[in-house]
Amino acid sequence: MKKELIELRVNGRNYEVAVEPSALLLDVLRQELELTGPKRGCDDSSCGACTVLVDGVAMMSCTLLAASCEGQEITTIEGVSEHGSLAAIQKAYGDWGGAQCGYCTPGFIMTVKSLLAENPDPSEKDIRNALSSNLCRCTGYNQMYEAIRSAIAAERQGLVTVK
Amino acid sequence: MSKDFSIIGKPTAMVDAAEKTTGAGKYTDDLSAPGMLVGKILHSPYPHARIKNIDTSRAEKLEGVVAVVVGKDAPKTYGILPVGHDEYPLALDKVRYVGDNVACVVATSEAIAEKALELIDADYEVLPAYFDPEESMKAESDLIHDHKPHNLEKDYHHVFGDPDKGFAEADEIVEARFIANEVTHAAMEPHSTLASFETDPHTGKPGRLTVWSSTQVPYYLQHKLSLVLDMPMAQIRVIKPLVGGGFGGKSEVIPLEIIAAVAARKAQAPVKITYTREEVFWAHRGRPRTIVDLKTGVKNDGRITAVKARVVQDGGAYCSYGVVTILYSGALLGALYDIPNIQYDGYRVLTNKPACGAMRGHGTVNVRFAFESQLDELAAKIGMDPAEIRQSNLLQPPCITVNGLRVQSYGLPECIEKTVARSGWNDRKGKLPKGRGLGIACSHYVSGAANSIIRSDMPHSTVNIKIDRDGGVVVYTGASEIGQGSDTMTAQIAAETLGCSLPRVRVIAADTDLTPIDIGSYSSRVTFMAGNATLRAAQEVKQLIAAAAAKKMDCAPEDLIFRNDTVERTNGHAGMAAVGRPAEQNSAATVSGRVEGQILRGSLQQKRKDEGPKDQMTFEEAVVAAIDFHGALTGTGSYAPPPEARGGKHKGAGVGPSPAYSYSAQVAEVSVDEDTGEVTVHKVWAAHDCGRALNPVSVEGQIIGSVWMGMGQALTEEMVWKDGMLMNPGLLEYRSPSSVESPEVEPIIVESIDPEGPFGAKECSEGSLAATIPAIANAIYDAVGVRLHESPFTPERVLAAIRAKKNVKALNLTEGIDPTAPQRFREHGGSLWFKGKGPERHPLDPSRREVSAGGAD
Repeated sequence: MKKELIELRVNGRNYEVAVEPSALLLDVLRQELELTGPKRGCDDSSCGACTVLVDGVAMMSCTLLAASCEGQEITTIEGVSEHGSLAAIQKAYGDWGGAQCGYCTPGFIMTVKSLLAENPDPSEKDIRNALSSNLCRCTGYNQMYEAIRSAIAAERQGLVTVK
Repeated sequence: MSKDFSIIGKPTAMVDAAEKTTGAGKYTDDLSAPGMLVGKILHSPYPHARIKNIDTSRAEKLEGVVAVVVGKDAPKTYGILPVGHDEYPLALDKVRYVGDNVACVVATSEAIAEKALELIDADYEVLPAYFDPEESMKAESDLIHDHKPHNLEKDYHHVFGDPDKGFAEADEIVEARFIANEVTHAAMEPHSTLASFETDPHTGKPGRLTVWSSTQVPYYLQHKLSLVLDMPMAQIRVIKPLVGGGFGGKSEVIPLEIIAAVAARKAQAPVKITYTREEVFWAHRGRPRTIVDLKTGVKNDGRITAVKARVVQDGGAYCSYGVVTILYSGALLGALYDIPNIQYDGYRVLTNKPACGAMRGHGTVNVRFAFESQLDELAAKIGMDPAEIRQSNLLQPPCITVNGLRVQSYGLPECIEKTVARSGWNDRKGKLPKGRGLGIACSHYVSGAANSIIRSDMPHSTVNIKIDRDGGVVVYTGASEIGQGSDTMTAQIAAETLGCSLPRVRVIAADTDLTPIDIGSYSSRVTFMAGNATLRAAQEVKQLIAAAAAKKMDCAPEDLIFRNDTVERTNGHAGMAAVGRPAEQNSAATVSGRVEGQILRGSLQQKRKDEGPKDQMTFEEAVVAAIDFHGALTGTGSYAPPPEARGGKHKGAGVGPSPAYSYSAQVAEVSVDEDTGEVTVHKVWAAHDCGRALNPVSVEGQIIGSVWMGMGQALTEEMVWKDGMLMNPGLLEYRSPSSVESPEVEPIIVESIDPEGPFGAKECSEGSLAATIPAIANAIYDAVGVRLHESPFTPERVLAAIRAKKNVKALNLTEGIDPTAPQRFREHGGSLWFKGKGPERHPLDPSRREVSAGGAD
């Protein structure tokens, strides 16, 4: 199939890529733009490991055509850390055991960012519901809740810098 | 928690946490190489068939296809166990399960490779297939492996003590059949392998092979590659990038790992193969569905007098870890409590299904489900509290169990005590509202197998350490980090021993060119064995530094304390003060000009005039002194389990012995909806004896993860079969629990300080899985009075049991199901609607109608 030139805006930068119309956003991010943070974990959009933000909303990039995202602000895990140091949620996931093997972590962190943008002070029930779109096989999720609470607290006190 | 250590016992973020939370860390599928091709594998649509012919000519002509590999390109067998070399990378004469590997297309893109798969003309002669192990055991003809009569991979018959006498003395005996349906690891990262041959500069022909692979056992992969490719191991370099979870699913050599190498050799270009999620289910190597016929006798005081178990494992089409799995089921059945008389008959049966292998809690989980449920039933019969009956059967360590296993540190009593206390068991059991209940169960696991898979007397783990004038400590270990935190454990043990700060230590792991042999991450051996090797290597280097520092400080090496990047003399006045001074951690002190995290070399590089004897040196000064005195500052340590930990002499005694065992006791609180049969797990209190928690946040993560995976097997996870076809090869249908269905887990760390573990540490990542299933089963009994003997306890099964108890007519949904007394494995009731897959179709099967209609699926 003939490739077309599309322009994608990812993590604050513009990229011009030639892709087939059927190209999925996940594959374009990983293969064309070499942003290997989003991961493929399933065949049928059931695991959430490929979650990115599209205009701030958590979306599964394995279910989006790259061409359909022109003109939208795409954020991947690589765009989360701020001026070179870990964002609070990244630091917290590390400190509290929110990440063990780390394969689902990018997807979870993007989902959490989308949740916190919408609901800065979520209850545990809100957190559980928001995270239910992403699967993890290592942690059993409990330590993720602690990580998210500690990240919210850290951001509230402005302690975003690395300890 | 330990306060006398500066690093051990402190919650520590993983050394690779930043790589994982920023997405910078590379997993195998994130890698690529110049000129890399993509491989896609053609899988068998038939459960049992002879390959009459494979014609790849049409596929080879497709534009973009570089090579097509078939069985005869690598006609050599391999397998994880030396006794079980029964697998070909690609089927040579016969396919033995739906998903078996037939051919591999290598092309310039995945799309082209997939298209080419459909151009391969493979014709099969379908053979009768065996799916139910109890049928397959009786097979006389069309055997799955010709050298295995009755499709029996292996069977063992052990008798310890005098079971008949034991049963004769028993006041109460319960006998029942338990069925545990099939589960799989479903690690989030699908398997992936990149293989690439370098050109030999001397011969000009393809020379060394480098394989990047998502594996738990780089050494075994290197070994099997050398067997199949007929290449010396030294010519093969295996590198393990980040691994996205293993749980045992990557603890053996998976077909794509060999196929990628064979394909790279034929295509003469780097080849990467990454499984789809469905292919991960077909690769499987998970926990076999198991039938456990269990009989236990107790006296009225709760003492167990005898246990008799007949275990049938539906092992799938290849041996894999089968011999070990069936042996673990017997060996560890008798090792948690003091059981005087045991009879064990274990059968590992071959069937035309994906091969089962090792999964977290390998070999112990399904028998523990049966045993802890039956013990609960016996407690009810003699009117004893379920916690108490367990407390009246404890081992008295140090001891040797009746089946020859050495037990030294045994934290089970404290685990039971703590979990009973934390859950409010005594004042809440039996007093909860209708439909809500508490259940208790225990389990345990080995801290590594005392006898390695490839029999030899070589050390199981070897670790090298080098320290240079920059004061940087580099640890080279073969241990494979798979998300369980082994690199962090290695760094912590080295840093604690050398008294230096954690950021000073860098771990290079699992690269067979750089790191010494470690047999891999399985049987929860890494902290115990690779940890001990690291400890010994660090101690060796420490002695060299101490000798040099002692000369500089004019004292005996023994008088030195290594702590917080300093080496202090203890008997001098300053020394005494130093001991009293609280250990400041990572303070911005300017010791050796260090600013937090960033170690500046400061003026060390220039030769410093000698200021005479001192009472304190910085770690860097001591290192420089040691290098000046001894030349290179390197150390090596290795570990092999002691002979007395290697178990008895009976046939099959090699499996089960371990240098140490971890213990777990859990209480689960559930509620059961009597109208829908739905079980909700509110909370699990899980106490785990891990010897010593080197990194509490990691240990808690392993406990919660184990309990959670046990809960998944207990309630929702089940591989559903029909005619050898897996009906639910996807993460939604395989129902791995999401955050909404997952309970709160309270991990309780118990420290029994093992005499041989590094800093007293033992395993903590498998022992807590098994107990969760019976704890939930016992809680369901406490809630609604039904004893389920078939896992998972799906709403369908719970509802059938509740309605049967009220002798209400069964719904058609639960027709003919009795989960309280299951007889055999049941097939999926629906039709084979997968397009083009599965043997002959029923006339009314939609895919048959669709063919006549001519429409695409």
